Amino acid sequence: MRFPAAAKTTVPHTEQIILFRVSGQLFAVSSGSVQEVRSVDSLAGSAMEISAPGLRKVRHVVRRGDKSLFVVNGALHFGLPLTSGLLVFVLRRTRTALLIDGIEKMTTMTRLQALPQAFCNEERTWYRGVTALDQNVVPVVRPEGFLSSEEIALLERSLAPAALAAEVAESSTGSIHDSAE
Amino acid sequence: MTPRNDPGTQSFVLLRLGDRRFAMVAEQIAELVAPSRVFRFPHRTESVEGVILRRGRIVPVCDVAEKLIAKSLLTRRFYLIAVRNYGEKSEWVALPVTGECELITAEMSPAGESDAAYVSGWISHDGDVIEVLNIGALTPGPGARPPARVAAASQEASS
Repeated sequence: MRFPAAAKTTVPHTEQIILFRVSGQLFAVSSGSVQEVRSVDSLAGSAMEISAPGLRKVRHVVRRGDKSLFVVNGALHFGLPLTSGLLVFVLRRTRTALLIDGIEKMTTMTRLQALPQAFCNEERTWYRGVTALDQNVVPVVRPEGFLSSEEIALLERSLAPAALAAEVAESSTGSIHDSAE
Repeated sequence: MTPRNDPGTQSFVLLRLGDRRFAMVAEQIAELVAPSRVFRFPHRTESVEGVILRRGRIVPVCDVAEKLIAKSLLTRRFYLIAVRNYGEKSEWVALPVTGECELITAEMSPAGESDAAYVSGWISHDGDVIEVLNIGALTPGPGARPPARVAAASQEASS
């Protein structure tokens, strides 16, 4: 039985990526998408609590220059068991600071394969595609996929009260660890 | 490679899920492979359990047993790699099966209105009447649910 060649679903180019872990699961992100890598502790002082209805994955906001970045808990975003994140990726050209458990390594991806069409739900927003690395398959995250425009709008509406609350409690020190509830 | 509805014999692959046998039009089958490591990552599509690597392709594994025999497979002997059409594109989909597969020739009767969407017809073989599966209706795809929202460009920071 012979079949016509499958439609090309790969983007043939090399790209530097960072492999990182969230709750034991390996993900990749383009290194060009990561503006900064910070430890949770180093951001704790500038973190402010925020609470948007129905959006558990964001509990903190941090100021970086003239922007407010929303700290997205990677485990909650992907529906993984909650862990206490140790590092934060500040994602370029987004309002997202992604809370992760750790960096595995930096490497080069030679082929990005489109997410198979069988995956037809929210994951199409989460991932740019998948790549095969060292006999493993790793999803490559889409930096813009962590917060939708609706979620950002919701968070911005919650920002004002959060800022006020922060002024009231200005002497307290923030922490962006999420407690495992 | 849509199954033919016209009368006349054609080739089918018989597959086994638990105690039951089903058929697929042979033209829709790429190969039968031994189970290999399933790579799993977070997603929200029910019935896709992960992906396997096959001939350089990343192939989703769709467990269709729940839908067809109302229970999950405890053992799997092979993956039947089927060709699933998505509009003008086609992709491979791996279906776990529990027994040997068999290539037969039979005449298909078209499905009736009361048949499930995943039944494209019926064949008779060895005294059994066997459902011919419609892979397009059986496995998930963009038509199954509205596509997820696309990440908004407005998320980009103003700087």
